[in-house]
Amino acid sequence: MGLLSKKDAKLITDPLADNNPITIQVLGICSALAITAELKASLVMGVAVLFVLGIGNVVISLMRNIIPSKIRIIVQLIVVAALVIIVDQVLKAFAYDLSKTLSVFIGLIITNCIIMGRFEAFALANKPWQSFLDGIGNALGYAVILIIVGFFRELLGSGTLFGIPVLGDPIDKTGVYSLGYENNGFMLMPPMALIIVGLIIWVQRSRNKALIED
Amino acid sequence: MGLKSNLHNLKEKYKGTKMAPAFNAIHTFLYLPNETTHNGTHIKAADDLKRTMNIVIMAMVPCLIFGIFNAGYQHYSAIDAAAGVVREVSLLGNFITWDNFVIGAWTVLPLVIVSYGVGLLVEFIFAVIKGHEVEEGYLVTGMLVPLIVPVDIPLWMLSVAVIFGVVIGKEVFGGTGMNILNPALTIRAFLFFAYPTWMSGDKVWVHGATELAGTPDAISGETLLGAYAQGNTLPNIDLMDMFFGFIPGSVGETSKLLILVGAAILIFSKVGSWRIIFSTLVGALTMGLIFNGVVSAEWIGESSKFYGLMNIPFWQHLIIGSILFGAVYMATDPVTASQTNKGKWIYGFLIGFISIMIRVFNPAYPEGVFLAILLMNVFAPTIDHYVIQGNVKRRMKRLKVKTA
Repeated sequence: MGLLSKKDAKLITDPLADNNPITIQVLGICSALAITAELKASLVMGVAVLFVLGIGNVVISLMRNIIPSKIRIIVQLIVVAALVIIVDQVLKAFAYDLSKTLSVFIGLIITNCIIMGRFEAFALANKPWQSFLDGIGNALGYAVILIIVGFFRELLGSGTLFGIPVLGDPIDKTGVYSLGYENNGFMLMPPMALIIVGLIIWVQRSRNKALIED
Repeated sequence: MGLKSNLHNLKEKYKGTKMAPAFNAIHTFLYLPNETTHNGTHIKAADDLKRTMNIVIMAMVPCLIFGIFNAGYQHYSAIDAAAGVVREVSLLGNFITWDNFVIGAWTVLPLVIVSYGVGLLVEFIFAVIKGHEVEEGYLVTGMLVPLIVPVDIPLWMLSVAVIFGVVIGKEVFGGTGMNILNPALTIRAFLFFAYPTWMSGDKVWVHGATELAGTPDAISGETLLGAYAQGNTLPNIDLMDMFFGFIPGSVGETSKLLILVGAAILIFSKVGSWRIIFSTLVGALTMGLIFNGVVSAEWIGESSKFYGLMNIPFWQHLIIGSILFGAVYMATDPVTASQTNKGKWIYGFLIGFISIMIRVFNPAYPEGVFLAILLMNVFAPTIDHYVIQGNVKRRMKRLKVKTA
């Protein structure tokens, strides 16, 4: 890529696969379990984290030399909280239904381990541009897993994608439902998200043996 | 050349290749392999994994046969009941009949075939991928599964659940002997949470009740426990029916008598732990007694939604629902149970205790046995850990006293 140097590009591509925040670092699991029953919610959650982490990383990186290390966690919290409130208000104003579905989980982005993790591990020690790329990369890695999980959970659990029925109508028994197929209620429960994330981890590690820890 | 020597030749020919485990598996499954006694013929212990599994399967066969007849009997009995005719059970008169057998075999045998077919297929695939021998572990699971599901469960649901149970419940942990959760119960739990309309309620337990629902020929398919949870009771069922198993329920769990026969086989052959079976029943009775005490102390009145189940005499908890089946065939699974003797007492007691608690307090899960066993499966290693640590500490103390 001409736009990014090789090292910078790695900041974005690494978290997408081999250093994925959810499947490798096992951070941000709570929200991945809670809101992935619908694909739309997963997507919005991904975008929200993308916004918060991208901008937050830059802000922290800009302030990295003036933050006293003793109170850095408080400073980081204030930055996240400010950004999360912006996201929350925007959602309430423009997508009220969605904001209701996501309910408290937008607010809980503040406690998402990925965000504090990247602030601590990366933004405090790197320049703004690299921090921005790192934030985008990690948020995308998070969003990818959320979307994969959300896709399977909504498809198998409700027979819809983005709320649009794709397998037929379960009440009128059209499409595959006429063959006796039924939605899998287990998919709508958070434990199933954990199992799907586990399966993704399984597939990922059996494809890349270097990821297996002893 | 018979099939056996053919298989043996194939085995030799494909030795070391990817398909070898598959041939080996068919060979060991059908015959005694040629290469069993290379050394150690003076060792007389014969309880290898395969024999252990076969004894468990043998102990379950009576339940399966009874389940087949009972499926037919309950079907016709419910039809009679819908027409206002009350049936009196007579073993040879209207229970062991050709009609009952045909209906039962038609509904139950497909469950057995699907359970074994799909489960062994998954095991074969994993054996080929991992390059190890097919383990006998699924033989018991495959037999348990048809016994713990309702007769009318759609076969595709059963296949999905079996794939889930074998892969997530067993293979991800490393196969037979490494699993934390009982695979058969994992399968049942999956079915219960994924397709609750097919696993609970007042339709699925009698063949035909779901199909006929809403038509003029509608029949009832309710279990006794389901009725109690609603604060009702089923007509025309006495204690003897409950004990001998002429009641609706999952395929193989209704006949307490035959489960006791199975328990005797397991205990006599030392395959199942009598400590677990006994302590599970003690746990269930204890919880039942506590609830009876609560009722007789008048802490809750008849208006309470728990009254129906709490008011059952404590010992009747053992003959309604599937606690006995769970205690005998599920809790005793040597892989997922506690290993230490003291641990087995604690493990079993808590299973019985929690089962009855779930049964009474949560009407949405009228049968809590499978949840209780799965929960205790998770805690079994912890129990063992503390039992062993306690042992170590006691011995250390003794050592100190001696040396001092």
